Amino acid sequence: MATVLTINGETKSFDAPPEMPLLWVLRDILGMTGTKFGCGIAQCGACTVHVDGKAVRSCVLPVSAVANRAVTTIEHVGGTPSGAKVQKAWLDAEVIQCGYCQSGQIMSAAALLVSTPNPDDADIDAAMAGNICRCGTYVRIREAIKQAANGRQS
Amino acid sequence: MFTDKNLPNVSRRALLTGGLATGFLLAFHLPLRAAANEPEQKDTTDGRFAPNAFIRIDETGRTVLMMPQVEMGQGVYTSIAMILAEELDADWAKVEVQHAPPNDKLYANPVFGLQATGGSTSIRAWWKPLRAAGASARAMLVQAAAAQWQVDPASCTASKGEVVHAASSRKIGYGELALAAQGQTPPKDVAVKDPKDFVIIGQPLKRLDTPDKVNGKVVYGIDAILPNMKIAVIANCPVFGGKVGKVDDTGAMKVAGVRKIVVLEDTVAVIGDHTWAAQKGLEALKIEWNEGPNAKISTKDIWQDLRAASEKDGAIAKSVGDIAKGLASGDRFEASFELPFLAHASMEPINATVHVRPDACEIWTGTQIMTRVQAEAAKAAGVPVDKVIVNQHLLGGGFGRKLEPDMVVAAVKIAKQVDYPVKVIWTREEDIQHDVYRPVYRDQVTATLVDGKVSAWKYKIAGSAVIARWLPPAFQKGIDIDAVDAAADMPYDFPNFQVEYVRAEPPAVPTGFWRGVGPNNNVFAFECAMDELARKAGKDPVEFRRAHLTKNPRALAVLNLVAEKSGWGERLPPRVGRGVCVQPSFASYLATVVEAEIDDIGEIVLRRITSVIDTGIAVNPDTVKAQIEGGLIFGLTAALYGEITIDKGRVQQSNFHDYRMMRINETPKIEVIVVKSGEAPGGIGEAGVNAGPPALRNAIYAATGVALRRLPIDRKLLAAGRKA
Repeated sequence: MATVLTINGETKSFDAPPEMPLLWVLRDILGMTGTKFGCGIAQCGACTVHVDGKAVRSCVLPVSAVANRAVTTIEHVGGTPSGAKVQKAWLDAEVIQCGYCQSGQIMSAAALLVSTPNPDDADIDAAMAGNICRCGTYVRIREAIKQAANGRQS
Repeated sequence: MFTDKNLPNVSRRALLTGGLATGFLLAFHLPLRAAANEPEQKDTTDGRFAPNAFIRIDETGRTVLMMPQVEMGQGVYTSIAMILAEELDADWAKVEVQHAPPNDKLYANPVFGLQATGGSTSIRAWWKPLRAAGASARAMLVQAAAAQWQVDPASCTASKGEVVHAASSRKIGYGELALAAQGQTPPKDVAVKDPKDFVIIGQPLKRLDTPDKVNGKVVYGIDAILPNMKIAVIANCPVFGGKVGKVDDTGAMKVAGVRKIVVLEDTVAVIGDHTWAAQKGLEALKIEWNEGPNAKISTKDIWQDLRAASEKDGAIAKSVGDIAKGLASGDRFEASFELPFLAHASMEPINATVHVRPDACEIWTGTQIMTRVQAEAAKAAGVPVDKVIVNQHLLGGGFGRKLEPDMVVAAVKIAKQVDYPVKVIWTREEDIQHDVYRPVYRDQVTATLVDGKVSAWKYKIAGSAVIARWLPPAFQKGIDIDAVDAAADMPYDFPNFQVEYVRAEPPAVPTGFWRGVGPNNNVFAFECAMDELARKAGKDPVEFRRAHLTKNPRALAVLNLVAEKSGWGERLPPRVGRGVCVQPSFASYLATVVEAEIDDIGEIVLRRITSVIDTGIAVNPDTVKAQIEGGLIFGLTAALYGEITIDKGRVQQSNFHDYRMMRINETPKIEVIVVKSGEAPGGIGEAGVNAGPPALRNAIYAATGVALRRLPIDRKLLAAGRKA
């Protein structure tokens, strides 16, 4: 039976077992590889997407749980005001090194700015602690989120 | 190992053919092999200027620069392009980069003699050859314009992708000159720029690889998608060196989407329509392993063996003065420092996509060692090397793990069993449990103090010889030049000094390079020992180091500046301390101060980090800063959490819950100051990694009096009220 999802504003219909994590639906069935596999146990945040605007870990989220919900991925987050601000700040602050975790970092940061438009360090640390960056870009992530919140130019 | 003394002066012939002779291996003092039969790299495409292996300019002026080094986050695509573009006087806005194909004749890293990215060598190794390549191409473009205008080439200049003849107010773009320049003879001797004339090098330019990394467009190896591709998930034998016994695939083949089970000697793979089907299939497999003789191995026994081995005399790697005499008098200090096995855990899990066709083998992956991957894949596929196509992707982290070809070889063996392309993905658990680990090391320091200064320092390093496996010709006289690198190249001046190395291989556990490489054992040991010696001498740790740096002005300068910028010596609350580390590092000089608080139960809070780096000419100063910031986090992660342990032949850690990484909430403010310098560029990728652990350990020593001698840090030793 076909599963129907709304992803980035588009309706997608496909066959997948209901317990299959959204991550693998995105990557292997829909060919949307911007969302990353990092750990498979919701420990690293590389797979973060938005479901109804909230940051969730798609590697442990059964696809059946998101039917009739709005899913946004890194490919489209630039179409949201907070996502566009975060992407710009990420480039202005030159946050990125290898970049593999950054899809997830950007999705977490964009969700943070919607719920907390002017986060302080503690807000940022709390919202971003689920996202591991092995290259160690944390100092610049903090700075970029503040830039995005203030709309500051670098 | 990767010290700067022997980096190449590239030959004119190599420059003209666009590459470097294979077998340079200059860092290792090996004889050059004959550089015969290098293919000419002039490209005959109409209208395209291809003066050497690194530069392509088409008739529109589009400038494509070929990257001999891989991009794994360190920013090298941008920095290498900057070096070429500077001497070419290219229009930076028109510069694009492309990865070079596997070809050791053209693109071998001059330090290794093969196309490898590691050891903080990229900029140091390519600085001279690429400047010459850019300058030579610029000269040919100028010659072409001068011929067209019938003027003396010396009366022309170049700037931003144009040749200019000021006297007649004429200028012409590189694109328009492409065809004519291709017919020019490269100049015999080409002058590179005076650094004061640099317009690109030294600027904090935006990275070329990052715009596609904010929107999901970038395609890492794990993102490769091919027509008819299937996905494989694997289980390696959990015991090192064990083999597959019996496999019952009855249940697995019933899982929807599972296509095939492939059984290799030590690995079982399940191929499915998607990762989820393959994972479910793997869970449903019943595998009996022949665990073999290594099923009894444990880190406890490995440590016992290493400690015993390290009591033997080692091969002498360096000797200054009279060590026996020096150690015979004075105030004696002895200590051993022990470092654990570590996994790399790059965020992109290990993967390789392979399509084995009847007459060829095509690979999609991100590797640090393209030509070795190509050669090993050829053997596994049973096709000639020139029938192996390697599509190089950006790496989602490398850190040394991807200097090994094992994951590609296994993927080829799996793909050989089917006629469609297969993407082989390792779960994080496989990635952690089947890594090629940073070896366990034991560094022993025996030193004497006379009049408050070190009179003698005997330094013995025991551990695995990664070099002996990875680059056998460089392992000579029983010395792993990587394992003793920073020990033999200590910044301090000691009148009597000896470095020894004892090779001690852990049974069955594969060992390899890990970011920071050999110096990550040496710098930890000698900087911890220096702090303990300072205390023994009744001196401040910075003051004590200064007294031993009188012959090392660059190290002294970064130390002095970091002391000033970090507030060294200013009062701190109880159980808060500052620790310092100073090191020459891959021809750079780094001084770091970590300020940390240790709470009553021994938990550690990082408060502030200050680093001063003198890397010579900083090609891209923002990248230099970023590498130090990130390197510090990488090293501190190891100090705080990093340890792979083995029991019953199996790695006991499996994922990020038990092989922890530092997170943003644990990250302090980090200030990195890049010193202006006119010296040749040094390496930068490893330095920060090696600075974090000793600086933190010395901060803990200052705050609590506890002299830790092992990593990772044991909090139990730091609880308030314990005797120091």
